Amino acid sequence: MALLEVEHLEAQYGWTKVLHGVSFAVEDGGITTILGANGAGKTTTLRAVCGMLRTAGTVRFDGRRIDGKATEDIVRLGIAHAPEGRGTFVQLTVEENLRLGAYGRRDLRDLARDYDRVYQLFPVLAQRRHQTAGTLSGGEQQMLAVARALMLRPRLLLLDEPSLGLAPLVVREIFRVVRTINREERVSVLLVEQNAAMALSLADHAYLVETGRVVMSGAAADLRRDDAVRRSYLGY
Amino acid sequence: METFIQQVVSGLATGGIYGSVALALVMIYQATDVVNFAQGEMAMFSTYLAWTLLQAGLPYWAAFFLTVAISFAGGLLIERVIVRPVEQAPVLTIVIVCIGLLVILNSVAGWIYSYIQKPFPSPFPQTPIHAGAIVFGAHDIGVIAVTLVVLAFLYVFFRYTTLGLAMRAAAQNPISSRLVGIRVGWMLALGWALAAAIGAVAGMMVAPIVFLDPTMMSGILIYAFASATLGGFTSPGGAVLGGLLVGVTENLVGTYVPFIGTELKLTVALAMILVVLVVKPSGLFGRVVVRRV
Ligand SMILES: Nc1ncnc2c1ncn2[C@@H]1O[C@H](COP(=O)(O)OP(=O)(O)O)[C@@H](O)[C@H]1O
Ligand SMILES: [Mg+2]
Repeated sequence: MALLEVEHLEAQYGWTKVLHGVSFAVEDGGITTILGANGAGKTTTLRAVCGMLRTAGTVRFDGRRIDGKATEDIVRLGIAHAPEGRGTFVQLTVEENLRLGAYGRRDLRDLARDYDRVYQLFPVLAQRRHQTAGTLSGGEQQMLAVARALMLRPRLLLLDEPSLGLAPLVVREIFRVVRTINREERVSVLLVEQNAAMALSLADHAYLVETGRVVMSGAAADLRRDDAVRRSYLGY
Repeated sequence: METFIQQVVSGLATGGIYGSVALALVMIYQATDVVNFAQGEMAMFSTYLAWTLLQAGLPYWAAFFLTVAISFAGGLLIERVIVRPVEQAPVLTIVIVCIGLLVILNSVAGWIYSYIQKPFPSPFPQTPIHAGAIVFGAHDIGVIAVTLVVLAFLYVFFRYTTLGLAMRAAAQNPISSRLVGIRVGWMLALGWALAAAIGAVAGMMVAPIVFLDPTMMSGILIYAFASATLGGFTSPGGAVLGGLLVGVTENLVGTYVPFIGTELKLTVALAMILVVLVVKPSGLFGRVVVRRV
């Protein structure tokens, strides 16, 4: 069954329409990726799912409509969003950032265990726990964004280009963690990426978006073998 | 030497009041980028409320805490009803709303209570405290103690509670705050509520000194602006230190610089604002805020 089901999603900034009826789904326990060039509408799609924009179309989470709800309420349903630009609280410490990640959670038992868990997934954050988050490197801030999202104990994790501007080694570490939490904690993932090679190796389902429309979709393995995808997104 | 110490201590007392009001200003400013010009009148109104409760026969501290609680609720209500509708409006609109609030509170207070000054009691003993040859006013010492308690409470709240953390987060980064489930609108309202409560305490502490009338806070508010400017408007701790600095400077200059005396003390505060803005616009403790435009 689909955990997240999006149908005919439309969104606009001012008078400019940027999503023209996007439809996609994230299977429960699955990893779905949305690929697209810069400006295709990937970030807008995630914002729309989170109620950060006014939209038309339907968004269902766990069978229930969530379009039109306030962002705060959508988050509280268990949808964590590591946004474009990482959304770090730069003046707060790493630990305070993590504590805020758990803010929308009803059940605060085992909070200590969850800190331990994310510190175990990202050991460098443990070393920096009392440091102001603004002093972290880009890679560390991206790890913090993922860790903060995990503190919600989400059912669905939205990741907006976690690889952007980071060294390959760091990207691999972040993707390794995403795979781990997907497998071990059954967190479903919606990953938005320009880095198609990495995303397709992680995801089981993929959608290709161009100027606000889905132009292709299928199993990630199939897309990886597709000639057109290979030429325009994988570069070989 | 005795005079010097006495003046410093009484400067710390008034400075604590300036610092508290400055802190209230900074709290709202950090969350909304708006200077709440009505802060002084809100405090004045709270003090009249306390006066009414005292007239009704309530013991001092009962009236004190009830006033703080009602002011807290009042601040929340003001934000939800008056400020919230213009939340997305340009800063100038919000400033005008604040000034409107100032005028309304002032007129309503004058209408209900008249503009005639009223004495307001101090909860502290009348008899001065002697320490060797130095004499302290008991009210001054009491005000310093009350200020310290308020500051300690706020420090613990913002530093160690999840709600305090959420308020700081909402002020710094509203978008990310929503993404972790913080109800940012309510955090702003809570900021107004706290500011109103702090103002109420400041009003009740200063009223025994300046007497109660609808304009009693206007001078204090200017000192509070000076304090907040000195501290840098972005630093709560800086606002409080700025207040103490302004209070002490004002007293010492009034005592030792013959031509200034008590009449020109307010000028000292304005001069301090000017000097800070010229020499170090971000204040002594403030951060330089780089705005993307
Ligand atoms: N805040 C905004 N205001 C106006 N236009 C925007 C805004 N954000 C994005 N856009 C436009 O919307 C389109 C889609 O942007 P976006 O969703 O950020 O794409 P992507 O994340 O795929 O790079 C682009 O043409 C972009 O210029
Ligand atoms: Mg983007």
